[in-house]
Amino acid sequence: MNYLLLIYSNEAEFAALGTAALATISEEYAEFTKSIVQAGKFKAADRLRPVSTASTVRVRNGKTAITDGPFAETREQLGGFYLVDAKDLDEAIAIAARIPSARHGSIEVRPIWPLT
Amino acid sequence: MIAGAAFDVEAVFRREAGRVLATLIRLLGDFDLAEDARQEAFAAAIAQWPTEGMPLHPRAWLIAAGRNKIIDRIRRDGLFRTKIADLEIASAQSNDAAEPELDDAVFGDDRLRLIFTCCHPALNPEAQIALTLREVCGLSTQAVARAFLVGEETMSQRLVRAKRKIREARIPYETPSPAALDERFDGVLGVIYSVFTEGYAATAGDRLIDVELCAEAVRLGKLLDELMPDRAALVGLLALMLLHDARRGARVSASGDIVLLEDQDRSLWDQTKIAAGLALVERALSVKGTVSPYTVQAAIAALHARAPDSHATDWPQIVGLYAVLSRLQPSPVVELNRAVAISMVDGAAPALQLLESLAARGQAIEYHLLHAARARFLQMLGRIAEAREAYAAALACTVSEPERRLLAARAATLER
Repeated sequence: MNYLLLIYSNEAEFAALGTAALATISEEYAEFTKSIVQAGKFKAADRLRPVSTASTVRVRNGKTAITDGPFAETREQLGGFYLVDAKDLDEAIAIAARIPSARHGSIEVRPIWPLT
Repeated sequence: MIAGAAFDVEAVFRREAGRVLATLIRLLGDFDLAEDARQEAFAAAIAQWPTEGMPLHPRAWLIAAGRNKIIDRIRRDGLFRTKIADLEIASAQSNDAAEPELDDAVFGDDRLRLIFTCCHPALNPEAQIALTLREVCGLSTQAVARAFLVGEETMSQRLVRAKRKIREARIPYETPSPAALDERFDGVLGVIYSVFTEGYAATAGDRLIDVELCAEAVRLGKLLDELMPDRAALVGLLALMLLHDARRGARVSASGDIVLLEDQDRSLWDQTKIAAGLALVERALSVKGTVSPYTVQAAIAALHARAPDSHATDWPQIVGLYAVLSRLQPSPVVELNRAVAISMVDGAAPALQLLESLAARGQAIEYHLLHAARARFLQMLGRIAEAREAYAAALACTVSEPERRLLAARAATLER
């Protein structure tokens, strides 16, 4: 089963971190990514541009409506994701809890609904 | 087959319903299919047992009948094409392992799987409680709805949503891994205690469902204690629930008014529950390791249960236990109870001081019991005008009608 781990954290707080703190977090991310790649759990991962670049698309009565910004305003913004292969929700949650940002942000775990 | 023997099919169903469902969920991999399977199995038993006699192993018979009926139905309907392969594998495996199916250890494991799945933290707390009452305790959807004061349709939708999440997010039908077990076990205890407090909350009169909820919570606790013995926190929780439930008959007057602990007619307390509760407190305290907040609360309840009246209560020890509790589980409610105990040992002045410091920290300002306790202490100190104000503040944030009546009656004593 594939799970999408969505990383939410506060962009402003993140941007305000010093270079040293950022370097530490980057190292932690590199280490975490390497460990789940080695464990065969890794499918895909990337970082997202700040939420100011986000758009929300809705189609109503055949018309496409695009609005600026994410679908909901909250204190935290979607900042990245991992797509992982886990045997069940417990394993997915356990991996999510190891993402460094889980400590100050939130990770949304979404089961992937295969298109086939 | 025990041909011609007199037997009570209903009694067998009552005894086996929970175990049969728990095992069918594992075999069929789905709550709804398992519920249908159990229903079909019971229907088949009602049709066959009276003429053919009760099978030697009714539980195994019911499980096999239920599983086979569902697999037949799926084949017949041609539905769930992708699922049937899985089901056949599960079915073949369980045929190979027919003997262990009779083993209580396997059934115990299935019931634990069911409990941990219903209490999974990925479900919202209300859904955990509702699902546990429905699937583990076997309450009807209607009864669960009554417990939550919502309509049957609303509750039915909540249960459907919870079961969908279990299926679609693939919440495992497993007891947690050792690394997660303690935390998950605490979660289950939280659900059990919520079921109890739901039934124990002071309401006008005793709704039947409330009595039922307290009994279910105790039954759940006992079941879990059988399945995972000697976990001190659970033993403490069981003791706490029994010792509180023992006071049920004395908590509300005939006219529906709340009777405070100090004014209760202690001859109305249920001595059987008290004896069982006291024994459990001893058991909980004898387990080595960190003491659980439930056990500390149970120890406090035990001191009340042992005392012939409020004055003869060992208040100094209760003060000490509340101090322990506020270290383990700091909360305004615990501090408030500690203040009340202090007032019984050292008088109202230090108790009032503790409350003032609590309020100064901005905690529990809207909490009506805080104002009520303040009013009480002020009254004891003869500061009548301030006491009157505090009762008014307490009344302003009380919603429950019996509590309003209690506060109004207490405020009226100021004017005498």
